[in-house]
Amino acid sequence: MADPILKIQNLDAYYGDFQALFGVNCEVNKGEIIAIIGANGAGKTTLMRAITGLLKSDPDMVQWHGSPVGALRADQVARLGIAMVPEGRQLFPSLSVEENLKIGGQVGRSGAWSVETVFELFPILKERRNVPSTSLSGGQQQMVAIGRALMSNPDLLLFDEISLGLAPIIIKTIYDALPNIVGDGMTGIIVEQDIAKALSVSDRVYCLQEGRVSLEGSVKSISREDISHAYFGV
Amino acid sequence: MDWVNAVLQGVLLGGLYALFAAGLSLIFGVMRLVNIAHGDFIVLAAFLGLVVTTTLGMHPLAALAIVVPFMALLGYVLQRCILNQTLGNDILPPLLVTFGLSVIIQNGLLEIFTANPQKLSAGALETASIPLGGGLNAGVLPILTFAAAVAIIAFLQWIFYRTSLGRAFRAVSDNQDIAQLMGLNKSHIFGLAMALSMAVIAIAGIFLAVRTSFDPSVGPARLIFGFEAVIIGGLGNLWGTLIGGIILGVSQNIGAQINPGWQLLAGHIAFLIVLAVRPRGLFPRVDG
Repeated sequence: MADPILKIQNLDAYYGDFQALFGVNCEVNKGEIIAIIGANGAGKTTLMRAITGLLKSDPDMVQWHGSPVGALRADQVARLGIAMVPEGRQLFPSLSVEENLKIGGQVGRSGAWSVETVFELFPILKERRNVPSTSLSGGQQQMVAIGRALMSNPDLLLFDEISLGLAPIIIKTIYDALPNIVGDGMTGIIVEQDIAKALSVSDRVYCLQEGRVSLEGSVKSISREDISHAYFGV
Repeated sequence: MDWVNAVLQGVLLGGLYALFAAGLSLIFGVMRLVNIAHGDFIVLAAFLGLVVTTTLGMHPLAALAIVVPFMALLGYVLQRCILNQTLGNDILPPLLVTFGLSVIIQNGLLEIFTANPQKLSAGALETASIPLGGGLNAGVLPILTFAAAVAIIAFLQWIFYRTSLGRAFRAVSDNQDIAQLMGLNKSHIFGLAMALSMAVIAIAGIFLAVRTSFDPSVGPARLIFGFEAVIIGGLGNLWGTLIGGIILGVSQNIGAQINPGWQLLAGHIAFLIVLAVRPRGLFPRVDG
């Protein structure tokens, strides 16, 4: 087995005095898709913030290709090739659709993704390239958020609650597009509350419960009972 | 005809106020920083212009070539070393720190240059004027100031909406966390915004110094004019800032036309009326 591209080691995370993560361990191998599930407040988003550098941790707690990156700033982490589709989409309201995409590419990493290839993936965005990002529907905004993350040609792409607040039909469209997105040697981490959706596209799963990893394993080998036990702690 | 003249001169004066205001508007737009020392930096730039013109014997407008880059560099360093440390969820620390800078600059200038009024000499440019017919005359210097204001605002507008730097400014202004995820180092972006603001300050300072005499204590009044222009025009709208400067200049000149003692009062009253009727300014930026 090759070395993992991302290794989380004994990660503790704090918001002020409040500790949100307790000694979390996690490994992500190249080309696989990891699902991170857990109830509200289990620490999923905190884990994402720690990986992307929005939340500082000790250098060794987050390792990228074996080198410590836990203490780097978010912009430095982004340049390494880690991108995120943030929870709630969080597009830049002052920027048009196309500008939102372009700013994702400003990291300056070359690769397959460009404004044109994103438009091929989501043709509707091409029609609406010059409108303010706020005038799009929720699903279209999510497409922009995904496209914006892809524009940096990342090696690792984090999806934080991409189905939140979207109609089921839109969620299906976006999940149908996922294999195309993550196919080209890209590695993905999917954070979801919709467990079935998350498991349907991923290879391995980590379940968080109150800031600790309560279950990990390959999607094929774990049962529904294991998950509900790890999820609810009953 | 006196009234027409008052309005015309007021419009041109508004150009100077727009120059005072543009830098203020820019940094507030990008990082929600209110720079209390803005006026004092204008005066600092004026004194720098004085040093450059007297030691090198340059024309004040040529001195811009030295003063503008110097002030821009100062702005970048200031932002990276001091002001970035004050930015956060609390709006008070940057106010206090820039207020402190204001005191330091005023007293530093007083120590070095004394309280004597100074002026930059621009030779014939100061008195040259263009007859517009009907007894109206427009000074070349005020016209030049106004043209500079329009050009600078157009340039800033172009940077904001046509370049990748402007995209970064707007993105960081919208959402600092997510902008960082896009590989933008906000400390650096803020530094560049302050550098740009200080470059505009340098131009404003030189035009001020050629137009009137100045001493180390006149900064805060320039800050007030800049503030009023920004608020009248609407926060975050650069063309609105130009209109705000013009409204301020015209009201001051009309006030002075009625009674010379009413010049400043008339400007403040115009500001007050706008604030009462349109608290967000005449042309607020339309977004969330």
